[in-house]
Amino acid sequence: MLKINNLHARVEEKTILNGVNLEIKPGEVHAIMGPNGAGKSTLGYVLSGREGYEVLEGDVTFNNEALFDMEIEERASNGLFLAFQYPVEIPGVSNMEFMKESVNAVREQQGLEPLSAAEFLKSAKEACKQVQLPLDFLKRGVNEGFSGGEKKRNEIMQMILLKPSLCILDESDSGLDIDALQVVANGVNSQRDDKRSFIVITHYQRLLDFIKPDFVHILANGKIVKSGDASLALKVEKEGYAFLGKEFEGVEA
Amino acid sequence: MSEQIEQALERKYDAGFYSEIESETFEAGLDESIIRRISEMKGEPEWMLAWRLKAYETWLKMEEPEWAHVDYPKIDYQSISYYSAPKSMADKPQSLDEVDPELLRTYEKLGIPLHEQEMLAGVAVDAVFDSVSVVTTFRSKLEEAGVIFCPISEAVHKYPELVKKYIGSVVPRADNYFAALNSAVFTDGSFVYIPKGVRCPMELSTYFRINEMNTGQFERTLIVADEGSHVSYLEGCTAPQRDENQLHAAVVELVALDDATIKYSTVQNWYPGDENGVGGIYNFVTKRGICHTNAKISWTQVETGSAVTWKYPSCVLKGDNSVGEFYSVALTRGRQQADTGTKMIHLGKNTRSTIISKGISAGKSNNAYRGLVKMGPKADGARNFTECDSLLIGDTCGAHTFPYIESRNPTAIVEHEATTSKVSDEQLFLCQQRGLNPEKAVSMIVNGFCKEVFKELPMEFAVEAGKLLEISLEGSVG
Repeated sequence: MLKINNLHARVEEKTILNGVNLEIKPGEVHAIMGPNGAGKSTLGYVLSGREGYEVLEGDVTFNNEALFDMEIEERASNGLFLAFQYPVEIPGVSNMEFMKESVNAVREQQGLEPLSAAEFLKSAKEACKQVQLPLDFLKRGVNEGFSGGEKKRNEIMQMILLKPSLCILDESDSGLDIDALQVVANGVNSQRDDKRSFIVITHYQRLLDFIKPDFVHILANGKIVKSGDASLALKVEKEGYAFLGKEFEGVEA
Repeated sequence: MSEQIEQALERKYDAGFYSEIESETFEAGLDESIIRRISEMKGEPEWMLAWRLKAYETWLKMEEPEWAHVDYPKIDYQSISYYSAPKSMADKPQSLDEVDPELLRTYEKLGIPLHEQEMLAGVAVDAVFDSVSVVTTFRSKLEEAGVIFCPISEAVHKYPELVKKYIGSVVPRADNYFAALNSAVFTDGSFVYIPKGVRCPMELSTYFRINEMNTGQFERTLIVADEGSHVSYLEGCTAPQRDENQLHAAVVELVALDDATIKYSTVQNWYPGDENGVGGIYNFVTKRGICHTNAKISWTQVETGSAVTWKYPSCVLKGDNSVGEFYSVALTRGRQQADTGTKMIHLGKNTRSTIISKGISAGKSNNAYRGLVKMGPKADGARNFTECDSLLIGDTCGAHTFPYIESRNPTAIVEHEATTSKVSDEQLFLCQQRGLNPEKAVSMIVNGFCKEVFKELPMEFAVEAGKLLEISLEGSVG
């Protein structure tokens, strides 16, 4: 599904990624952990194509096609989804309008008929319920006046509606209390199947109690320095990042 | 991002075609004899000519205003032709079958079929082409309800008492430079009278088209809503694409008598000039309404065209408990300049006004809101709420706000809110990450920004306004 080969990237003249290698197969959940500034969010932005994130070296294939040859919206309609850490507001555009346009734009790219208003409404209501957002959120402006937790749940709702094949969750757990965390995790788990893959970027092992990863990778200084199974996350939780070497002594997870 | 947005903003001007129509056009220049000839062409009574000549005298003594935040070369008023009409109109066609088919085709191309059976049910249209009204539809249906909807040149003959009583009563001849000029040389426009207690059975609309080169369009619209009546009126405007600037100096007067309601909506799409600022319409317009007791006037405007716009649809809230509203979307791009806003003059007790202004600037354009809220000494308990929002697209445009507040009554309440925001990289990225192309994304963000105003437009026009922004932004809106 996704092959990242020796990826180097920079933001504003500063090199952040220093040769990332990663392969993700259909149905797998990969957690990416690492200290602050390791390049975790940058990886998500580079893959989704955000402006200002410049690829210096390396390549990425997504479903055997060169990812960096695709426009941002092409990547989206090919099934790449990024759940934002800090989703931005779009005043006056209702969640409903936004998601309907977006779902239908993706469907059009995939050669599918657009959903009718009634069909869309039905699936939107279901998605709302799944992330326990009241239905009036569909009428409200995109992220307009939402609390931090509501924004995160709204991102998961969008993911459920768009049915992407690769979901990148950028710290979808940050700032959530345990109940909200569970809601987000349940939303994600409901979408797991043998085809859909996830990259779960997180600071905390806590999220991985709810979303069981197949692999855990530690990203440090722009490289994956260690990979393992779920037990690696527990080790980080217990020992911090000191085992990565001297420079990480005292860096807590 | 800015590059993508620039591309998204590149606009085609769909109404920029010219119709090959044989016209009778006056030679350029303005003096007393021109005014006499205009009056003669219209076969006007003596009092109308005298009124025009007085206006001309006043205009000669006035100076062109320079206070607006716009910049354009001095207009040579002697290089403009003040009258142009299709020759075929000289025979005064009695029905659509007698109207030059080329004229009808022009309106069809603009999406305004004039055959009643093809029209949107519920909208009567007066089509003004250069200096004359071509046709007014659904007149008989309106007459049944007692509603008068006809070209103002016809009203001068048929309803002289009404015209005499109200013309210049809201915008006096000497009101300002452009209003004085209009009063002297106005050619056509619409006249509406709604009798007492009548709710106008359909939307009324006037569609203005400038076609001839080097002519100015000076239309004059007068709407009188008698006691307890109700009317919704729409106006649209377009012009061919050419390199010369053309002047459009209109006057609109609204009279809402006791308990009457007038809703006046404009979608202005005059040719805006090219990306270097060559060509385009100078849109210098005076619009004002007077509200008597318990009356209400609501102005809604969507301004996307013109090279330079100078326009302040206003309300004089004379009667107690009267209500004035102003909802505006002004979009400028390329080198367009707009200085627009409103005046709410509160004279009566418990008068209320609401101003919602949305300015969107892109390219190298300049967009200014200028508004006056005045609370007179007798305006006990009067209230105003103003919200003035600017949206910037890119970093080479300007947004300006000039609010003026004069309160001479301690019980009056005036509120003013203003915001300035940008279409951000982040918003655009979010939209694209969700599969939307940049055009659609910008268009959606802009539409969201304008939502409060669009919901005030009559349904048929809301669709048209949405489409206009689509064309303007070269994207589609759902």
